[in-house]
Amino acid sequence: MTNLPPRARFATAMLRTAATLSRMSGRGDGSVIGGKVGLTIEPRLLTLLAAGRQVALISGTNGKTTTTRFTAAALEATGPVATNSFGANMPTGHTTALAKARGAVNCVLEVDEHYLPRLMAEATPRVIALLNLSRDQLDRAMEVSGLAAKWREALSAAPDVPLIANADDPWVTWAAGASKHVTWVAGGQRWQEDSWVCPQCGKHLERYGEFWRCSACGLTRPTPDWTIDGDTVLTPDGSRVGLDLRLPGQVNRANAAVALAVADAFDIAPEIAAPRLTQVKSVAGRYAVVRRDGRRIRLLLSKNPAGWLEAFDMLEPRCPVVLALNAREVDGYDTSWIYDVDYSPVQGRQVIAIGDRRMDLAVRLQVNGIDFTVVDDIDAAIRALPPGDVEVIANYTAFQDIRAEFDRVN
Amino acid sequence: MSTSMLRLVWIYPDLLSTYGDRGNLLILAHRAESRRILTESIMVRSDRPIPREADIYLIGGGEDGPQSLAANKMIADGAVAEAASLGKVIFAVCAGYQILGESFVASGERCGGLGLLDMRSDRGETRAVGELSGKVDPRLNLPELTGFENHGGRTHLGPESSPLASVEHGIGNDGAGEGAWRDKIVGTYLHGPALARNPALADLLLAWSIGRQPSELPVLDDAWAGKLRGERLAALPST
Repeated sequence: MTNLPPRARFATAMLRTAATLSRMSGRGDGSVIGGKVGLTIEPRLLTLLAAGRQVALISGTNGKTTTTRFTAAALEATGPVATNSFGANMPTGHTTALAKARGAVNCVLEVDEHYLPRLMAEATPRVIALLNLSRDQLDRAMEVSGLAAKWREALSAAPDVPLIANADDPWVTWAAGASKHVTWVAGGQRWQEDSWVCPQCGKHLERYGEFWRCSACGLTRPTPDWTIDGDTVLTPDGSRVGLDLRLPGQVNRANAAVALAVADAFDIAPEIAAPRLTQVKSVAGRYAVVRRDGRRIRLLLSKNPAGWLEAFDMLEPRCPVVLALNAREVDGYDTSWIYDVDYSPVQGRQVIAIGDRRMDLAVRLQVNGIDFTVVDDIDAAIRALPPGDVEVIANYTAFQDIRAEFDRVN
Repeated sequence: MSTSMLRLVWIYPDLLSTYGDRGNLLILAHRAESRRILTESIMVRSDRPIPREADIYLIGGGEDGPQSLAANKMIADGAVAEAASLGKVIFAVCAGYQILGESFVASGERCGGLGLLDMRSDRGETRAVGELSGKVDPRLNLPELTGFENHGGRTHLGPESSPLASVEHGIGNDGAGEGAWRDKIVGTYLHGPALARNPALADLLLAWSIGRQPSELPVLDDAWAGKLRGERLAALPST
């Protein structure tokens, strides 16, 4: 690690002070405000803090927080890791993560999709993992094709940076197209509504099971180097490594495979890395189980149609489910996307709708032919359910509201 | 009805389905089935012919590239224009709405539309994003229109088509009028599942498609939609 120039040292000290003060005043973990202070004093602080370190960037619409957590757990096999574990995934958060763990050589940064080009320029990554791209908060964010083009442009300008990319996502495949060193992971893609047509030429993609190709221009699903078979990951050299995850769902097995591939790029063998993923039991409250009034309540965060589809795959059979929907600024003000989700997987369960926009959910569930009830909040939902297991699927601020309520009581 | 089943056609979901556009198809099918009207929903990819024997045609929203491509394909296909001349029901939102007009602007170029509504669209100086509400043309006998708009276009109506509503909140066509209609063709800037918050509009389309008055349709329990409408309209800042 290189020594910091005086201004950067001062910026780092002020960053840590601001973050600490913000944390003490109860405004979150202080990552964002700390990074803001640091970058105001020294605009090149992120670059200076990343210099001489081994940085992995992890980006995509869904799964980046969990994959970052898995990857950090794997890399900790060789020592401390700097990581933005609270999901502060913009440059302010990255700067804080790097400033807080100055002694850590290895760094794993979760990157908001829109900021990937900037992080590539400033953090000189050793490897980048690209998970997936799908529609998300279109009233304030870029559409999928625009984001993919932005990635492709940045990745084409740095073709020597090794990538770990999801072969099942045509947009990711196209974005990674000009890179010389791509390790492909069969990362899965339950959601296919954003990839009807070829990212490269606009003609229809043909799909046969998991395989896809464009017969017009030839863009084809790359042969994956890492694949998943049940609870086992098949590595590029053909060996099989068992997963014993505490996090549910096929999508988390795919996230784990990506983490093992990143660890491999850091010369940590999958056999060493895989057992370390078992220690990840919740990620910033996601998948956490809260016990209350005789109920075991599991919290799942899902922010967009692709995420809700994956969440349905995680539900315990027959378990009642609470759906929570808000539409505040960070959620996007537009709830239209709930019509892109087919709710039939919750058919036959007891279903309760809560959240600021529970009336939107009610109309949606009615149209879907699902029996449901609507109550005011998570407290009322729990009271309305019998003792036992409860699953909660919530979008971003709805999830935060529920966590805050549980923290208040527990 | 032209067939024993009410046939709903969603045109080009591969090109025009940005954000919940499927909702309009689901809502029409649900409201018809709830009245024991059997439905058949057909999603037509842009490399397939659009069925000529259908009752309601739906067109969704999309980005500039897919919008101009979809317009060209619909013009070449001819089925939508034929449906309009036969008095079939057409309901289009956002980019699909613009396609119903004489012309629109996509990727900086003026593109020809289907010419089914007397109107032309161009680019506004700002993007219109947010809640939209307005009083519906009294001849349609519908309650207040409510929904979410997210578009960069502005639309100018000629004498042969009428605004669907007069804007009370939001932008719509130009800050004054919102959407357009003539005969059984309706377009709106309310994007995505526009009918979710406007069940009476959904029923008007259904009634048109089976040659009845909306008042002749069996009444459905719209308590949830009513609550949603009330909540969204009450949440608007007072103007």
